[in-house]
Amino acid sequence: MTGGGAAEQRRHPRLRQGAVVAATLAVVVVLPLVVSQFRLALLSKYLVFAVVAIGLNLAWGYGGMLSLGHGVFFGLGAYCTGMYLKLAEAGSGLPDFMSWSGVSSLPAIWAPFRHAWFALPAAVLVPMGVAALLGASVFRRRVRGAYFALLTQALAAAFAILLVGQQGLTGGTNGLTNFSTVFGLEPGNPRTTQILFFAAAAAAAVAFLVVRQIVQSRFGRLLVAVRDGEDRVRFLGYDATRVKVVAFALSAGLAGLAGALFVPIVGIISPADVGVVPSIEMVVWVAIGGRATLAGPVIGALLVSYANTALSEWYPDGWLYLQGALFVVAVVWAPRGLAGLADRFRHLAWRPGSRRRAEVAVGAASP
Amino acid sequence: MAALLQITGVEVGFDGSLALAGVELAIDEGEIRFLIGPNGAGKTTLIDVVTGLTRPSNGSVRFDNRELVGRREHEIVALGVGRTFQTPSVFEQLSVVENLDLAANHRAGIRALMRRRRGVAPAVAEALEAIQLSDRADAQAGVLSHGQKQWLEIGMLLVQSPRLLLLDEPVAGMSAEERTATGELIERIAERCTVVIVEHDMEFLRRFARRVSVMHEGKVISEGSVERVRADPLVQEVYLGRSRDRRGHDPALDQQASTAEPPETTEVPAR
Ligand SMILES: Nc1ncnc2c1ncn2[C@@H]1O[C@H](COP(=O)(O)OP(=O)(O)OP(=O)(O)O)[C@@H](O)[C@H]1O
Ligand SMILES: [Mg+2]
Repeated sequence: MTGGGAAEQRRHPRLRQGAVVAATLAVVVVLPLVVSQFRLALLSKYLVFAVVAIGLNLAWGYGGMLSLGHGVFFGLGAYCTGMYLKLAEAGSGLPDFMSWSGVSSLPAIWAPFRHAWFALPAAVLVPMGVAALLGASVFRRRVRGAYFALLTQALAAAFAILLVGQQGLTGGTNGLTNFSTVFGLEPGNPRTTQILFFAAAAAAAVAFLVVRQIVQSRFGRLLVAVRDGEDRVRFLGYDATRVKVVAFALSAGLAGLAGALFVPIVGIISPADVGVVPSIEMVVWVAIGGRATLAGPVIGALLVSYANTALSEWYPDGWLYLQGALFVVAVVWAPRGLAGLADRFRHLAWRPGSRRRAEVAVGAASP
Repeated sequence: MAALLQITGVEVGFDGSLALAGVELAIDEGEIRFLIGPNGAGKTTLIDVVTGLTRPSNGSVRFDNRELVGRREHEIVALGVGRTFQTPSVFEQLSVVENLDLAANHRAGIRALMRRRRGVAPAVAEALEAIQLSDRADAQAGVLSHGQKQWLEIGMLLVQSPRLLLLDEPVAGMSAEERTATGELIERIAERCTVVIVEHDMEFLRRFARRVSVMHEGKVISEGSVERVRADPLVQEVYLGRSRDRRGHDPALDQQASTAEPPETTEVPAR
């Protein structure tokens, strides 16, 4: 029966898509009713991470740009939002941490963040701008592969150090926290948690659809072509540098969007959330979920973050090792991650005749 | 009349030695020119210079009266100069038709790029036909045979309708039939654009070449019809001597010899 149903679904991709959309919507609507507020807030955080992973996959999975510094873009988005929230709470005065660190007047860079219409677009546009500038200067010089990864890694380290050092401007190690109001909502209120959950779910859906459209467009094919043969693409008449810059900036914009949501949901943004370690975790989500697959990064971010919460309560150090091990396993044996494995499994289990074909393939390989 | 491609005094140095030592070459519009020369003569390097991959330390490359030296690769393509590589370099993760579609849209704006490909454009369908890959349009380029990849690469140039095509050993590694078919394809292409072909293969040369330029140690040392070039003592000294050498190890010839042997041995007892 299952096989027949699956075959039916394959023949009607529209139908299958509709079923997936309906199921997702149902889960999103029902979850807030059945899980505790605490768990709902955790889920919202995982969804925010999924947005990061979807964006990072565009750059790394499809574009071959392994960024070990996406925490920077995530952080830029988060700090933009955090600044707005701090100023909204301070009213005409100074944010609390500034008074403690002896700052007497509001720094000029903070002033425009008083306005939501400035701060919220900035949360996406600032990371995009930084990524575009970085990309334009670096890709033009054909810095790629491991060199690019190291460079972004260094950027993440420098960013965290800068944030810690500028205590009066950034809140230092503590970061920005203790918000007494979240866009006019009361933090900690169950209603607020629900609204933020819906916002996170909507962001994840938008990110997913945008990246899907890009990947399936000519630009997406071009991006894959750049990943597999950048020089060849130039001789096709395309400016490969520009293609990479666009994809990298879009990827950074999604990380910024995620950062902007992270702050109200978790209630804090600090250097510990944006440095080297979080940046690497973002890559792990994509690798385990499956790079260059559409669903993989979502699955990876949700599952790995959940496992992180569940396991690190018992055994914090163990989780770090396990995560590292999973990463290595994924990269070496399952380059398309869980999504790739699921695909393979589905083909084996459900395709009529695929068993036979698989046996033939094995038979052909053995002698 | 000025030549379509005018190369003057081009020099390229690698680690102290000159790969190109003052190349002079002029190609007229509509020509099909063969570029030959022993290994390391600088043929590929010359194509690299014309297409912007390598920047010469001296000299100029004028295409249609515009200087190419200093321009970026994609700008040179936009002016109408296309090339292939010595080893086929199609996008293996994309399908045949996607490879051609990307090539065909290199002048498209961002809006066209952000849309999905719907159907097959007439120019792409025509190219599929010309390179005999119509029935493999949706196959991944990675699974094609070596010869088919070379053809796909030529097809990707076809859809761009360039004014000048630079082909670096387009029949290397092909079977005899594939070579002939490729030669015929190139002749058809040459009706519409100027072609420069780098090729070692003597059979191929005899069959398809009209004008030939011979390179040796970074210079063009002889030029003319196949007969004239073959008769040039300078060419005989540097090239044909080596060519005989190559023949001794030519796997294609060795194979012919081995397939020719069995009939003889079976015929002997019959006699
Ligand atoms: N990237 C490079 N770095 C250093 N030397 C190079 C480089 N590319 C080419 N050369 C040298 O420049 C010279 C010309 O090489 P080129 O590849 O142009 O020769 P070719 O005529 O195309 O030879 P072949 O018939 O083997 O393809 C050779 O001596 C080669 O070793
Ligand atoms: Mg060569």
